Amino acid sequence: MIARVALFLVILLAALPAWAVLPNERLADPALEARARALSQELRCQVCQNQSIDDSNAPLAADLRRVVRERLTAGDSDTAILRFMAARYGDYVLLKPPVRMETWALWFGPLVILLIAAAGLVVYFRRRRETAAAPSAPLEPDELRRVARLLDERPRR
Amino acid sequence: MRRLLYFAPLVAFALVAIWFALGLTRDPSVIPSALIDQPMPDFDLPAVKDAGVPGLSDEAIRGKVALVNVFASWCAPCKVEHPILMRLAREKRVAIYGINYKDWWEDARGWLGQLGNPYSAIGYDEAGRVALDWGVYGVPETFLIDKQGRIRFKHVGQLTPDILNNTLLPLIAQLEK
Repeated sequence: MIARVALFLVILLAALPAWAVLPNERLADPALEARARALSQELRCQVCQNQSIDDSNAPLAADLRRVVRERLTAGDSDTAILRFMAARYGDYVLLKPPVRMETWALWFGPLVILLIAAAGLVVYFRRRRETAAAPSAPLEPDELRRVARLLDERPRR
Repeated sequence: MRRLLYFAPLVAFALVAIWFALGLTRDPSVIPSALIDQPMPDFDLPAVKDAGVPGLSDEAIRGKVALVNVFASWCAPCKVEHPILMRLAREKRVAIYGINYKDWWEDARGWLGQLGNPYSAIGYDEAGRVALDWGVYGVPETFLIDKQGRIRFKHVGQLTPDILNNTLLPLIAQLEK
């Protein structure tokens, strides 16, 4: 029984992540292959659009991986290859969107909203301190009597 | 004045809600073409053997308003949109060219024989590399090329009579001028 559980755990832990890159796609030069993997992880698979072409099993992803490796072997730089893909498929193919006027809201929006919220908090707390610091006038005698009556009227538990 | 400030979150919410509601009417998986108004890529593809029409190159297309349709015999929506292409070919509205994407020529030939061939020329893109230059990421896709050889329109997915009448035909008429 324990042997079975142990065997199960060993098999479970031995499971490796499935890699989309097939052995016959890999380049012979390890440095180029490393660049190819890094670049592939920055390119979106247009079919399975939340995966990179490095992860995706779609046929288009395999094609694009092959093109990346071909261009690397031809001597293109990393930026040239990313530009090559963006020229054909648009900026959406880049998993890291370029910082341009159209993407300022994407890149800086959260920071701006955080700053606005922080400013709002500062204003709120400062105002609260001002009202708390203002001294309240002492109560008149008939107001004191009203307070006592109201306190006495409170329902007992 | 202070009272009005209390409405600020509500107004902000309403604006964002409208923006998101508009976004929900759009399909995020459809990627607009990066090649609109760019010259079409240079290419030279062989013919599909025994299909009865020649192969396709950018030079063959240049000089007239052209419709380039990327299709394959294994693609079901291509079969569904085929009658629209046949109708366009019959009525001789525009020059129609095809790119046969990652197909086997026997299957393509059989498919065309069975359904009819609306294309004046078909480029046999076995590896899909030329289609990659066109920014193709699925089949079917349809492009409209103007007389100067620039890509002016791309449609991803099958053509429908609605798209034909409301978008394609008016654009073809406009490009013909």
